[in-house]
Amino acid sequence: MIKKLLIIVFTTLALTLNVNAGSDGNLILKKNEPSEVKDCFEKINRATFAFNQTLDGVIFKPAASLYRKLPSPVKTGVSNSLENVSHLLTIPNNVLQGDFKQAGINTGRFVINTTLGILGIFDVAQYLGLTNYAKEDYGQSLAKAGVGPGCYIVLPVLGPSTVRDTIASTFNYFGGDPWYNITVGKDTQYFENSDYYFSKGASGVDFRAKNYDSIENLENNSLDFYASVKSLYLQDRQQKILNSRKIVNTQDDSDWEEISQ
Amino acid sequence: MNKKKIILVVFFFFLSLSSSFSIEADVFVQSTVNRASKILSENLSKDEKIEKLKIIAEETVDIRGIGFYTLGSVRKNLDDDQKKKYSRLFREYFLKSFSSRLSEYTNPEIDVLSKEVLSENYTIVNSLLKGTSERPEVKIDWRVYTKNPENPLIRDLIIEGLSLARTQKEEFASILNSNDNDINSLFKTLEEFSKN
Repeated sequence: MIKKLLIIVFTTLALTLNVNAGSDGNLILKKNEPSEVKDCFEKINRATFAFNQTLDGVIFKPAASLYRKLPSPVKTGVSNSLENVSHLLTIPNNVLQGDFKQAGINTGRFVINTTLGILGIFDVAQYLGLTNYAKEDYGQSLAKAGVGPGCYIVLPVLGPSTVRDTIASTFNYFGGDPWYNITVGKDTQYFENSDYYFSKGASGVDFRAKNYDSIENLENNSLDFYASVKSLYLQDRQQKILNSRKIVNTQDDSDWEEISQ
Repeated sequence: MNKKKIILVVFFFFLSLSSSFSIEADVFVQSTVNRASKILSENLSKDEKIEKLKIIAEETVDIRGIGFYTLGSVRKNLDDDQKKKYSRLFREYFLKSFSSRLSEYTNPEIDVLSKEVLSENYTIVNSLLKGTSERPEVKIDWRVYTKNPENPLIRDLIIEGLSLARTQKEEFASILNSNDNDINSLFKTLEEFSKN
């Protein structure tokens, strides 16, 4: 009952707000401007960040280091199949954002890659012209509907987020994520609970491995690593919400011009 | 008639002379990248590479401009001595940070793909750092300041859509906020980084 209620409330909220504010790209850009996102819980965030760094040093960094040593085709296969699973969350969010064309393309990608691509190991769809895949989630859908990010927060294990995105991600566990539903949510004979948790852990290691040098580099050369990660996360989030490179084009030049004079 | 011809010849001579000095932003970026790649692929020690990369950075990056941009509105409250001190400290910090970041790469291959002229003063040059077995390919956009076409300068690197100048600005803002906007705390942090 709670689950149904949540689905109805969320869908109504997203679709209604989408009509009212979804088309105003500049408003969304402004609302999600990294410098505008307040760090209301900075002390707790910094403590959680330190905890996550320790966890990274003990688990994710060594795992990513080993993962990097695997042959390239193996890493590409793992990465592709994880991306394929993520379509299950992306497609309903394409629909919520009113992007029906992209929902169709992503459904095509998922069907082709799951079958011809052998459970997503091979990205066959890209050779058929179904390219440019971008992940979407409920946080992005709420943002597109005009909901602001709220405060910046750092979650244990999961890392940087915002209040909006954290609340939105809970929807994954109440029926919003088909992958969660068929692994953990419902007792099917095809999947175990561990399949879900393994895929989430593997995604973390895959991300860490892909960004291994960049993260090391950033950590070694940052004056305040916490602030750098926060800035990069919020910039990335803003870009993903807009699905464009508008940030580059709209960077305020007034600061620069004043300096030049 | 002869006078007219002479004037025309002189006019076109100066025209060709002036245009030969202006450098297209994409050519400038590709040439800068090639210079850096050459150093990184040479059989040199890490320290030698860093020293050579610093020279390239000083010639091609608007270090002073980036420094004051990243300081944000706080720069308006600085007196001349503080501005001078900040410029010196930021330059040392930037060169160390920039060159040590780059020196980790061996023989990076960057291809300039296209450019987008934003205004008379700015051009975004799009490039691609080729992937290796250990990392995927990376899109790098260069924000080039072209007000003086004879001497274009890099003002920002946008890696996969993430601006390094913005990140730097927010990092400095965080340090200042944690220390009641006391510029001396930032000076101290910059000094410590450069010494280590």
